[in-house]
Amino acid sequence: MKIATLEKAYLWVSAGVLGACLVAILYGAAATGIHLPGRGERIDPQQVRTTPPFDRPGVHPVGENEYDVVLIGQAWAFFPPEVRVPVGAKLNFITTSADVVHGLHVEGTRVNLMLIPGQVTRYPYVFREPGEYTVICHEYCGIGHHTMYGKVIAE
Amino acid sequence: MQAGAGVPWRARRGGLVEARGSARVGFPGGDVMSAPVVYDPSGFELPEQQKRFLRWTIYIGYVALVAGVFHGLANALSYANIDILPLFPRLKGYYQGLTVHGVANVLVFTFSFSNGFLPLMTARALSRPLVGGLVYATFGALLLGNLLAIYAVVTNQASVLFTSYAPLQAHWTYYLGLVLIVVSTWLALANMGVVLRRWRRDHRGKRIPLLAYIAVLSYTMWGLASIPIAVEFLGFLLPWSLGLVEKVDPLLTRTLFWFTGHAIVYAWLLPAYVSWYAIVPRQAGGVLISDSLTRVVFISFLLLSIPTGFHHQFTDPGIGTGMKAFHTVLTFGVFFPSMATAFSVVGALEIGGRRRGGKGLLGWVARLPWGDPSLTAQMLAMVVFVFGGITGLINASYSMNQVIHNTTWVPAHFHMTVGTAVALTFVGVAYWMIPYLTGRALRGRRLALASSWIYAIGVLIFARGMITVGLRGMPRRTFRAQATYTNPEWDLGGALAGIGGTLMFVGIMLFFVVIGWTIVAGEKGGHPKDIPLSSTRLAPSLTGWEPALDRIGLWVVAAILLILAAYGPFFVTYLPPQMVSPGFKLF
Repeated sequence: MKIATLEKAYLWVSAGVLGACLVAILYGAAATGIHLPGRGERIDPQQVRTTPPFDRPGVHPVGENEYDVVLIGQAWAFFPPEVRVPVGAKLNFITTSADVVHGLHVEGTRVNLMLIPGQVTRYPYVFREPGEYTVICHEYCGIGHHTMYGKVIAE
Repeated sequence: MQAGAGVPWRARRGGLVEARGSARVGFPGGDVMSAPVVYDPSGFELPEQQKRFLRWTIYIGYVALVAGVFHGLANALSYANIDILPLFPRLKGYYQGLTVHGVANVLVFTFSFSNGFLPLMTARALSRPLVGGLVYATFGALLLGNLLAIYAVVTNQASVLFTSYAPLQAHWTYYLGLVLIVVSTWLALANMGVVLRRWRRDHRGKRIPLLAYIAVLSYTMWGLASIPIAVEFLGFLLPWSLGLVEKVDPLLTRTLFWFTGHAIVYAWLLPAYVSWYAIVPRQAGGVLISDSLTRVVFISFLLLSIPTGFHHQFTDPGIGTGMKAFHTVLTFGVFFPSMATAFSVVGALEIGGRRRGGKGLLGWVARLPWGDPSLTAQMLAMVVFVFGGITGLINASYSMNQVIHNTTWVPAHFHMTVGTAVALTFVGVAYWMIPYLTGRALRGRRLALASSWIYAIGVLIFARGMITVGLRGMPRRTFRAQATYTNPEWDLGGALAGIGGTLMFVGIMLFFVVIGWTIVAGEKGGHPKDIPLSSTRLAPSLTGWEPALDRIGLWVVAAILLILAAYGPFFVTYLPPQMVSPGFKLF
């Protein structure tokens, strides 16, 4: 057995495995409609409370079985701190930060977003299971960071 | 005994023999022809003064690490719901300690080590002293940078964590301090560049000795990668903290941070790879297989380390999903040279184990010199790195990232990469390098072995716990012991994190005992007289395509083109900066 042959075979197999994983990931995202947040609107973080849609934080129907979920992150709470959403409805999370960088993770789901001052984060999601979901700020935002959480109640 | 690079050299069978170019030999037996990874394997000593400053440069990192690991312990115990902060009355809060942990461990410790190790490797590989002025300047910039950053952090004016996300605003001395730490790496790079240039001028037509090549390429990649963070700190954060500009762009500064921030992990890792490729084979009694593959691996890192940063920002707004997918592809690409490294390094170890009488498929593993604390630390680092690499691929996986982003999964991952693959390798290197630089024999060999085993077992327990609870949504960077929310599913994994973290702490403390004991009371003159130099079985070729690998400037141009393709579209469509945020000091 020649070392060069072994080496070449190993490198081809490595490339093949990596390529297969990559294709699976990208195909999976495309086929199941899992998206990441993309480019969105900009906003003046000091005017968040007076800029639509953040002047009315909360859950608003926008179509048949479709709702906007407008949330603001601000040290050290989410506004509103608790929202109720219907199970099975198409939800559009629309969020931003009014001060520093925050995170927003709805526990047990793939709603996992960064709230960055100056940017609006949008993300679609449908709750399939009723329940109380803790919304955790998972980016360090100051001395009270570990007290920042909210709640989504899917019913 | 003189041997030019490119002249194959028969290792450990005595005598210098001429061999045909890239002699391809069977594995593992056969006639062993090999070429040393340095220009002159017979020996070279740096001037004592330079050795002293390289040593002090590395010690800065050790001092920082002592401070950093104390908070590491507090952090791990907090995940287990145990709050030991009251034992540190001078600490103003958890996040001040966490800032110390991040800055000290991943910025100061790593770069201090590399600022000493890489120039030493370059000088030894080329048998040339370094530029004295640049050695002192590297030390000076690093020291001053540390003093400034320490002032800001200790006075609680910079509890912004090492990522320094604006608009949390630190005192200007913090930003300037970190800039100076980066400047110290540039000075070390300049030093290596000058020495290499002079050597090439005197040795036209010769291949660059492998050890010098991979040492220089490691910091060349970092030199290129560090430009965005320099722009972020000098162009935005520093003037903003000084009050020269009122506001800052949070997304742009964050993007500049991660523009450097993924490559920075390779800047930490590549010096460890330098040891795995050029030192470890010798320590195991083996030989590195291919000179050319090694160079190709380092070029791949130069090309692919940098244009991958968006995978840290998958869940960020303001960045297009197409660019995020493109960075996913490139991140999978940069995994490839690490796969090649796994083959080469394990192959070199296998040759060593078989030469020592190992038989069968895995019998060679037991025959490796596990009594050598330097080699053992590095082999354990490699074992843990397997898990670090796999978890890293999951982080980079576009959609899967949404499950684990900013959960404790992420620190589990990087404590197995930078926290073990890099840190434990640096620990292993120290076991020969500190004696080599101080002229004192290593003390406490058994303690050193125990240190590495305890650390490696600790990190695996720690990571197992953190991965489990990360998948259950436990946030990272969070003072869990005082959090106002909880989840019973976090209890078992959190406890494992606490137990593993405690073992890691004990392991690293034993390392400090060994190093301190060696520096103070090691037997004078009992040190290794030369660095443990490996050789390659397939020598560098002077003909064909391979000499083009040595045209570093050309590869840098190629890297820049790839970076422009990966980041250009974002900047073209994003700029000008959106200066919207005043500073916040919420700590």
